[in-house]
Amino acid sequence: MMADSSRLCSVWLGSETGILKGVSLGRKQAFNFCNTRQLSRDQEVRALCWADPAQSELLLGSVDGTVRTFSTEKGAFTEARRCGEPAEGCFTGLAALSGSATVTCVECGTLRVWREDSSEPATQLHAGQNVCRMRQSPVHRHKVATGGKDNPLKIWDLQRPESPAFTAKNLRDDWLDLRRPHWVRDMAFIPDSDKVVTCTGYHQVHVFDPASPQRRPVLEVEYGEYPLTALSLPPGGQSVVVGNTHGQIAVLDLRKGAVRGCLKGLAGGVRALQCHSSQPVVASCGLDRFLRVHSLEDRKLLHKVYLKSRLNCVLLASREEAGQTAGEAGSQEVKEEEEDEVWDAMERVEEAPKRKTTTEEEEEEQEEEEVKKKSKKKKKKKEAFED
Amino acid sequence: MDITEVPVSEDSKGKKKKNKKPKMKSKAGNGEAEKKQQEVVVVENMEKSEPAFPPSFSVSEIKNKQRRHFMFMKLKQEKRKQKMQLKKKKKKEREALGDKAPPKEVPKTIENQRVYDETVVDPEDEEVAFDEGTDEFSAYFNGLTNPKVLITTSDRPRGRTVRFCEQLATVIPNAHVYYRRGLALKRVIPQCIARDFTYLIVINEDRKVPNGMVLCHLPDGPTAHFKVSSVRLRKEMKRRGKDPTEHSPEVILNNFTTRLGHSIGRLFAALFPQDPQFVGRQVATFHNQRDFIFFRFHRYIFKNEKRVGIQELGPRFTLKLRSLQKGTFDSKFGEYEWVLKRHEMDACRRKFQL
Repeated sequence: MMADSSRLCSVWLGSETGILKGVSLGRKQAFNFCNTRQLSRDQEVRALCWADPAQSELLLGSVDGTVRTFSTEKGAFTEARRCGEPAEGCFTGLAALSGSATVTCVECGTLRVWREDSSEPATQLHAGQNVCRMRQSPVHRHKVATGGKDNPLKIWDLQRPESPAFTAKNLRDDWLDLRRPHWVRDMAFIPDSDKVVTCTGYHQVHVFDPASPQRRPVLEVEYGEYPLTALSLPPGGQSVVVGNTHGQIAVLDLRKGAVRGCLKGLAGGVRALQCHSSQPVVASCGLDRFLRVHSLEDRKLLHKVYLKSRLNCVLLASREEAGQTAGEAGSQEVKEEEEDEVWDAMERVEEAPKRKTTTEEEEEEQEEEEVKKKSKKKKKKKEAFED
Repeated sequence: MDITEVPVSEDSKGKKKKNKKPKMKSKAGNGEAEKKQQEVVVVENMEKSEPAFPPSFSVSEIKNKQRRHFMFMKLKQEKRKQKMQLKKKKKKEREALGDKAPPKEVPKTIENQRVYDETVVDPEDEEVAFDEGTDEFSAYFNGLTNPKVLITTSDRPRGRTVRFCEQLATVIPNAHVYYRRGLALKRVIPQCIARDFTYLIVINEDRKVPNGMVLCHLPDGPTAHFKVSSVRLRKEMKRRGKDPTEHSPEVILNNFTTRLGHSIGRLFAALFPQDPQFVGRQVATFHNQRDFIFFRFHRYIFKNEKRVGIQELGPRFTLKLRSLQKGTFDSKFGEYEWVLKRHEMDACRRKFQL
């Protein structure tokens, strides 16, 4: 039973009460996966990621330092592992490496690579103090980026853990010659290039390019007046979605550095954002205990689900939605083909205001009648066909 | 004369001719007195109302303000007349039927028509119960801490605000009023925590009148920011009783149904010490209606089993929640759990958040 429901879920969320929630948007249902008798705040989920590219297992990092594995096929937690002390701080990043290794990063800055069998980290490196987030590059699995409060963006290559492959430089001093404060809250790797986008607690979005000789940000965009807490990249690669502590989510354009639009609806601070890997859809979750899914094209709210605890992280599965959209895309293609044939067959267009049937005979009859303004009629015809 | 021309033009499309009429009149009657023009207008309007209007016509399309107003008044009177007729008819039918009449319908109010809110707390929900049981107020609700409240104002308070703070301090037991003297709140908070305060209330003042309140639960608890309105101090209240005594009042929290409402309700409840043996017949009520929280302070006495007498003492004020922040007061870098966004949330009259 649990296995069936876990296979349906397309969105996975971790909450502050330690419950892993799965939501199936197509069926509009939410499921809780947890041991109800053993709920405790210690198990607050802080980091969530896919354990493998096939997306059949999830890794959850909790406040008490354990990393649990959840299998979506079986619908249950398969293992738990102690990966650090709670005194070091909460998990700020979790990533999975090929060969069933896990990379974890905690707030005090210690980044560790754990192998499957041993309980000691295989590699350990120190990424500074107050790390807020660690992310793995989707293209080069051994590259990770870390950043935090007064801790500039550093890109590490796990095969050479002694020093970072790239350290960002702080912005130039401001007009009073004072050092600019620096607080990296979240980052993401832009897919087709080496660049990294970060969002800061001082409401700036920076783009860094390790390939270029300058270590300062290549692009800087400001949005709003509140710290930006979450960031996600939609599949196009030219824009970025950011959310701040006031619940404002905006889509920013990276080519020009301007705000394209805002997604409305959130009432509380945004904790996590995730764009779908193929569809123009973004899921957001936050402190107001709702999961919202917006469409990126028209910025409308598609789904809103009330999940009773504050949500910390969100993950989108790319497979279930694919099944649905394949069906829809197929039917749309069929419709377009019909329209093309019809247009080619017809020479003249005219009124057919309220007839909704689209048989060939009627079209021929209509063609024989008189012509009025073509454009208006074409529009009406199109409406008739789409009906 | 104009009057004779008018009926001819009326029969055809009414809209355009009406616009033309003032022009015709002004040509003819530039030298005439205004009264005559108005009479003409009135006569024209009376003649106009009898023939049927074209079906797509509405009163708002008349460009002349005076005429439009007149037509609108007529429309309203018509509607009212019809409504009264309907009512009379229904009443007659009701009396005619006598006992077999159907029961009276419940009138629609905004509270009745409230949009269904999915965040309304279900008492049996385990997850919400766990969430509430382990949130920042758990120490108070488990009886481990006693409330100790610090009341202060924004800088340089004027008369009303000072008196309001003093009266609040009599209402809330174990409350201390301190002058602000330009101190930064972020520095005040660690000092309060060191001295075991559990609450910090800051009354914000604007133009000699209190208009905002920041309520901060201290160890690391949520901070609520309210808009305060309708403050009535003790001497402005009619038929009030004597001053409140030192006993701790009971607390009544009305109508906090949603999850956010529950959080705010707990925030208010933790201001007062928990004592199931009620001593001193005083009660503080926080009543939530339509997202406004009304605070009243009464003294009650049971006259017999069924009747109670109450006397209002103490200040009364109204609060409206503007934001709820997760940590202690940090308006720039804190994370907000709920923020009032007027254009999104106040758009629907039947949707409420608390």
